[in-house]
Amino acid sequence: MRILKFVWNWFDDITGVSGWLIPLAKHPVPHARKSAWFYVLGSATLVVFVVQIVTGIALASAYVPAAGQAYHTLVFIDSTRFGHIVRGIHDFGASAMIILIGVHAIRVYLFGAYKYPRQMGWLTGVALLFLTLGMAFTGQLLRWDQTGVWTVVIAAEQAGRTPFIGNWLGHFILAGDTAGGATLSRFFALHVFFIPAFIFFFVGFHLYLVIHNGISEPPKAERPVDPGTYRKWYAELLHRDGVPFWPDAAWRDGLFALLVIATIVVLAVVIGPATLGKPPNPSIIEASPRPDWYFLWYYAVLTLIPRWSENYVIILGPLLLIIVLVLLPLVSYKGERSPLKRPWAFAIVAFIVFMIAYFGRVGHVAPWSPRMDAPPLPASVVGATSGPIADGAKIFHEKGCEFCHKISGYGGIRGPDLTYAGDRMTSDQMETRIYSGGASMPSYHGNITGQQISDLLAFLSSRRRRPLAATDAGPPAK
Amino acid sequence: MSTDLVQAPENKPCELSRRRFLSRLTITFGAIAAAIVAIPCVAFLLGLRKVPSVWRTVGKLEDFKIGSTVNVSFVDPSPLPWAGVTALTAAWLRRESSDQFIAFSVDCTHLGCPVRWLQKANLFMCPCHGGVFYANGTVAAGPPPRPLTKYPVRVQNGEVQILTSPLPITS
Repeated sequence: MRILKFVWNWFDDITGVSGWLIPLAKHPVPHARKSAWFYVLGSATLVVFVVQIVTGIALASAYVPAAGQAYHTLVFIDSTRFGHIVRGIHDFGASAMIILIGVHAIRVYLFGAYKYPRQMGWLTGVALLFLTLGMAFTGQLLRWDQTGVWTVVIAAEQAGRTPFIGNWLGHFILAGDTAGGATLSRFFALHVFFIPAFIFFFVGFHLYLVIHNGISEPPKAERPVDPGTYRKWYAELLHRDGVPFWPDAAWRDGLFALLVIATIVVLAVVIGPATLGKPPNPSIIEASPRPDWYFLWYYAVLTLIPRWSENYVIILGPLLLIIVLVLLPLVSYKGERSPLKRPWAFAIVAFIVFMIAYFGRVGHVAPWSPRMDAPPLPASVVGATSGPIADGAKIFHEKGCEFCHKISGYGGIRGPDLTYAGDRMTSDQMETRIYSGGASMPSYHGNITGQQISDLLAFLSSRRRRPLAATDAGPPAK
Repeated sequence: MSTDLVQAPENKPCELSRRRFLSRLTITFGAIAAAIVAIPCVAFLLGLRKVPSVWRTVGKLEDFKIGSTVNVSFVDPSPLPWAGVTALTAAWLRRESSDQFIAFSVDCTHLGCPVRWLQKANLFMCPCHGGVFYANGTVAAGPPPRPLTKYPVRVQNGEVQILTSPLPITS
């Protein structure tokens, strides 16, 4: 013990560490009282980032960032007991980081903590938010299975919508003419070196600003920020009612971080990482790429917007978001901080959270995606095993109708449910629709024989709440 | 530290003091040093490997039945040694007559997902957003803005060959 003390004193004497570390740890923070637990979100995000670094280094020690080998190394990592857990921690850690940075941003916004003098804190936070999303995107891609490859292709196609340089940009993302050997290495370098370097820089700057400006005090209605007097008032507040960060506030950060990490590890052990899909072979065309949950809402939005606006939204949408987030602290830098005096702040947050949850749900269901694995309708649904109705049901499946139209719980939901089509439409109306098609439905003119259409109409007309007598079923005689 | 060190002497307008000259010189040194490292790095990253298109054999002439559309795959031109299975590209190939073939890229012109051929429906369908194409590649329904991209095909010495092309990007 005495030796340790001697070593520490010697080290401190020649480095002067305690001279800045102790005041830093004990710097006064406002006594947050009832709001104290709101202040743990930022530090928890940072702690999860450290978890990502640790598990990322562990994974990188086995992962081979080569397009032809990465998948096999992931299979290997998963086959080891702890590799599986480490990949699970990294996977759930990514989700946790996205959630925490989002909730942290919401907290800062609702508390008006982005106002003077903390505008740069907000701006560096916005940079960190987008860098984190960049990590999420590239990370999903490094899970180099079939979805990984098609994600690059889809990203290249989206970038291709950029005016003038689209084609070049798309191929730049692929790092060549097609997705291939050079593609994955680029994303590996982005995920492991490039983006983390920027994250380190911005985290450092962000933390420096927290110390330089002091952590924001809990807002109070009728106590607006006046840039002319704020710093003096804040210094007096700390003097009057401040507590040392360590340990008065830090213990909450520590406890919350522990709970977050414990949750991540438990989920990693119990549920495990995202399952690897098929190998990253672009010639396997049975693929239905989907983004991970954090981008599902964006995927849904891009799908549901009117088609003419697609090119604008793909490029201008993210740009507009960045502009709004950057302008916020520059435009609204003084005045009321309390959310009670800024009811629209609640409304905006509620709107954004609702939209992300709603469109995330829609993106998960993906009603626009044909269900190309829908099985042929069973006889119990068809109600016949031979004759025109049974033949029509077979054609309903073979011609791809069922991939978009649901009948009695089978099939896709892109088009209208046809379980009771016979109640809604006459045979003639259906025939017209099948021959002419529509915006989302191909025309079957020339693609279906007279016998086939007659059987198909017999089947569709038999889809009724109360089945007709057998003699009534079928299309009118032609 | 003496204060006269930091106090630069007043100088006349338009006249560069020694210190100001030295600070600009130092910044210039740094900028040059950064540039001579950054230029090759950026040029390397921005430079895309260009490979010439090549004809790749996808099968023998007699392997393909007239009228049927099949999935074929071929290796990219000059793939990198570590590309593995990612060097493969798929295409939909149909023999239209004894010596006529047509080949389509599998990439949907909407966002690039791989379209599937529905043999009995005579349609290509995309699993992502429900884009549908007719057998001749024209858009039948859904979001795709243009027909499926075609690959040049030829028959050479009894072998069917497809000319490799870069990933078609709808811009």
